[in-house]
Amino acid sequence: MKVGVITFPGTLDDRDALRAAKAAGTTAISLWHNDADLKGVDAVILPGGFSYGDYLRCGAISRFAPVMEKVIAAANGGMPLLGICNGFQVLCEAHLLPGALTRNKNLHFLCRDQKLVIENNATAWTSDYAKGQEIVIPLKNGEGSFQCDDKTLAILEGEGRIIARYVGENPNGSRNLIAGITNERGNIVGLMPHPEHAIETLTGPSADGLAFFTSVLKAMVK
Amino acid sequence: MALDTVAIARQNPDTSQPFAELGLKPDEYARIKEILGRRPTSSELAMYSVMWSEHCSYKSSKVHLKQFGDKAVKSDALLVGIGENAGVVDIGQGYAITFKIESHNHPSFIEPYQGAATGIGGIVRDILTMGARPIAVMDPLRFGPADAADTRRVLPGVIAGVGGYGNCLGLANIGGEVVFDETYLGNPLVNALCVGVMKHSDIKLAKAAGAGNLVVLYGAKTGGDGIGGVSVLASETFESTGPAKRPAVQVGDPFVEKVLIECSLEIFAEDLVVGIQDLGGAGLSCATSELASGGSGGMKVALDQVPLRDATLSPEEILMSESQERMCAVVEPGKIDRFLEICKKWDVTVTVIGEVTDGDHLEITWHGELIVDVPPRTVAHDGPVYSRPLAEPAYIARVNAEVISPPIPKTPIEIKAAILQMAATPNLADKSWVTNQYDRYVQGNTVQSQPDDSGMIRIDEKTHLGVAVATDANANWSYLNPYEGAKLALAEASRNIATAGAKPLAVTNCLNFGSPEDPGVMWQFAETVRGLADGSLEMGLPVTGGNVSFYNQTGDVAILPTPVIGVLGVIDDVRMRTPMSFDRAGLDLYLLGSSDSNMSGSEWAYLHKMRGGQAPKADLQREMRLIDLLVKGRTEKIFSAAHDLSQGGLTATITEMVLRHHIGAIITVDDPGVTLFVETPGRVVVAVEPGKVGALKKAAGDIPLTYLGVTGGDALVVNETSISLDELRTAHTATFEKLFG
Repeated sequence: MKVGVITFPGTLDDRDALRAAKAAGTTAISLWHNDADLKGVDAVILPGGFSYGDYLRCGAISRFAPVMEKVIAAANGGMPLLGICNGFQVLCEAHLLPGALTRNKNLHFLCRDQKLVIENNATAWTSDYAKGQEIVIPLKNGEGSFQCDDKTLAILEGEGRIIARYVGENPNGSRNLIAGITNERGNIVGLMPHPEHAIETLTGPSADGLAFFTSVLKAMVK
Repeated sequence: MALDTVAIARQNPDTSQPFAELGLKPDEYARIKEILGRRPTSSELAMYSVMWSEHCSYKSSKVHLKQFGDKAVKSDALLVGIGENAGVVDIGQGYAITFKIESHNHPSFIEPYQGAATGIGGIVRDILTMGARPIAVMDPLRFGPADAADTRRVLPGVIAGVGGYGNCLGLANIGGEVVFDETYLGNPLVNALCVGVMKHSDIKLAKAAGAGNLVVLYGAKTGGDGIGGVSVLASETFESTGPAKRPAVQVGDPFVEKVLIECSLEIFAEDLVVGIQDLGGAGLSCATSELASGGSGGMKVALDQVPLRDATLSPEEILMSESQERMCAVVEPGKIDRFLEICKKWDVTVTVIGEVTDGDHLEITWHGELIVDVPPRTVAHDGPVYSRPLAEPAYIARVNAEVISPPIPKTPIEIKAAILQMAATPNLADKSWVTNQYDRYVQGNTVQSQPDDSGMIRIDEKTHLGVAVATDANANWSYLNPYEGAKLALAEASRNIATAGAKPLAVTNCLNFGSPEDPGVMWQFAETVRGLADGSLEMGLPVTGGNVSFYNQTGDVAILPTPVIGVLGVIDDVRMRTPMSFDRAGLDLYLLGSSDSNMSGSEWAYLHKMRGGQAPKADLQREMRLIDLLVKGRTEKIFSAAHDLSQGGLTATITEMVLRHHIGAIITVDDPGVTLFVETPGRVVVAVEPGKVGALKKAAGDIPLTYLGVTGGDALVVNETSISLDELRTAHTATFEKLFG
């Protein structure tokens, strides 16, 4: 099972995502933004960073990268696709997920160990968690406040498409404490915190993040 | 005014030139004329003025800094020493580490965000230039009083700048310092350290060898930022309708730098460069003259080929521009196509601007006209050297004679108030408000970061080899005794490496001082260098490089002498490090090292506005035995936790330990009002399982051991004083939020 990780100019967490995918037992493959070629991967991760320097808006330019055309088509066909942090922003810009990520409420970049509760374990990326399971993984971004209109929020809530919420104080002003969402089909997930930085306790606050990557391995085997 | 060429300079030898406005002294200007056998062209004058500035030439410090060479430690670990962009140290398994600190103090006062941001950018390019992948940064910072209005302007901007640039580069921020003192009010210190990793075979040097090899400029286009003092020349050469003077502080674009890093590493991996130099202070003047000096000296550059952001820039300005995110490489003609291809892949602007010649002059042309024709060493290395007058300042005898006796808390209520006051004072309070703005996780190899004693990075995922880095300065002690202060800072940084069980390996430094034209400041500087050179020699640690920042002075008020010492250590298995604190009850707590009652230079004295007294004498032999014990204790698995004592003494250390994992401690000490607050150097608190006390006693040798108590509970209990962890945490964590949130 092959998981592709896309590197855009300005991507930072690509090597971490490759490491995490590998640790979960998949074959991790590096993809380049300018190649309209998915190299036969079964799932794709859009990693964190500042692709194209976050110029214009976070993710606004990356969404037009040649590789994204293939990614969007494959995801619309059901391929598992995970956007972490900047990747989540790209997914919103590409309209694969609703809403937008805006500046944190206090306007500061925030890096901290964040407690989340998993609310939907029926997606391609969360099946190895229990519903209601609490996990701690790093949150680190300047524009992580999830916003959408009331109607969208009602749909997300009504359809159970919020996959994870922040526990405790709202770290960035996200509506309804939203940390991550999925599409109707459950193959596309956008998540603001970073599971790829929590695959071992040596370098992360926990190993709680690994299950995102083992989940997709299961989804692909199915 | 028309272009000033070498031919014109010969024809009009008596043209008056604004050398004084460019910061050159009359004798320095005369020396340039003597070197060239004519007056310099305006471009040459610009180059000499900036390269002979204090910042680039180290003209006031050179005579002292050569002690680092004279007293050099014979070390097999040192692969590249002082003189290159950064020193390189062998850490085994084929890996080499390069690390260095630089200052960006003055720009950060003028424009905190961009000053701090480009400070990170500059040091990162120095590390990259050695051939290494930059992996982590640290930022020792110093500001005026925490509650001063200007600190509220400067600090948030500096923190946002360090984070804004470093986070965007994907470099883990693994520590640093935030210290407040009134002497930094008009002179904040923004130092930045970067660590890079490479294989031995990847080391790159700044040299332009091989006639016919191409000189390539790549990265950002050149703009008018950072021209600074050279605008004097610009106003000479431009009509009054020309562009306005541009900002003297450079403006950074971390995205361009991130792409430049990846592009450069791909170029290095294919071995496509003969030599490389980043463009930092003094821009192209520095890069071309240093590259040429590193080879046989011959180089031709067509300055009109330099891609510009602003087409109106004059050649003098292009030579001076400190536009960020640029690199200059020397490439063999056979490899240039592949070099250009990689730049194209990363969308990096790249231009061949010249070639190496077999001559010994650096020749720069502007649309075919020769505007610079100089022996490059005279620009890059043969600048003036000053033995500035130095004299022990009058304050030394006065403050050293003072007997420091701050009020000593006696009753349990007084002790409790003092512990809480120390936990909350800005110098000792929790710094999460700062460090939460930095990415400590990126690259996935961060094992330790603030508030640990040192930052620790895993280098090899299979063997678990890692490195630890710590920076320290105790300016209060340096003020009282700069010689001992430097040694004490070296000892403290080394101890901060060793508490985790890593072995100190090499030293870098950033020496921040007032004006070198003040003999008292010059004396502080000379004593500091002497102390650091002696200390490094005694501890067997090579000094791999460093940086000097003078003129941190407002009027007559200089900053406290602030030598920031960085120490790099190596640890063979990061999984086995000794953690900074305990995560369970039932462990025995011991203090390693002996305490005295000298409060001079302590935070407790500072809180009572007492600056005087005598700094402790550094006992480096004892420090080395303590370090050995800490390293040995780690490999023999004696310690469950170890945490250094420094600023704030025992109270600060124990506060940080109990709050880390929210496990309390019950300790008993003699004379708590003194014992909690003295800052006697060479001490560490360790936690050990009761069954390992025997092993600890055996291993300790002549290092005194004092039993403090046990871990456990939800309070910090010192003799009859009890403070709940919640109350202690509130005191410790509220300060920054209140001041800057």
